[in-house]
Amino acid sequence: MTVQKRIIEKLEREFQPSFLRVTNDSALHAGHAGAGEETHFTIEMVSSRFSGLAKIARHRLVNHCLADELNGPVHALSLKLKSPQEL
Amino acid sequence: MSLENVKQQIEQDVKNNKIILYMKGDKDMPRCGFSARVVDILNHYGVEFATRDVLKSEELRQAIKEYSDWPTLPQLYVNGEFIGGCDIVTELHQNGELKALLGA
Repeated sequence: MTVQKRIIEKLEREFQPSFLRVTNDSALHAGHAGAGEETHFTIEMVSSRFSGLAKIARHRLVNHCLADELNGPVHALSLKLKSPQEL
Repeated sequence: MSLENVKQQIEQDVKNNKIILYMKGDKDMPRCGFSARVVDILNHYGVEFATRDVLKSEELRQAIKEYSDWPTLPQLYVNGEFIGGCDIVTELHQNGELKALLGA
């Protein structure tokens, strides 16, 4: 399974998002240290789990959910996290 | 230096520097687009800030991630408090909160 697919599966299970888009940005970072085919992703997600949480808390939830990936192949995540109320 | 010693050094550094950025590279030559963006934003406010280059020390790179329980770089600290990485700093810049936070 690709890293991207695994990220999507984990996020869907953990956050039951009403919107989820995971974009592989790795090509944009080609050539810099540690860059590979699946190292950089943008995650856009809407989930009620984020309601009432500060930005940093939302990021922490996602970072913890994807801890294995971040300790492994993934170098950077760009996160855009909203609650349904903020749409 | 042990990881614990490096963490103690981090604690001193975030206490002693009002604004400090842990990044890849330095102000003049950031080595990552996300680090470069945060440097640009801080420069925009004309504030003084310290930086530490995690590419120069694998221990520092590991220690800062554990210190803040945050897996990625860059990491911005203001008045001893962890503010966030590139996404959060960019959002705070766009919504106007960063200016007050930096005292700019």
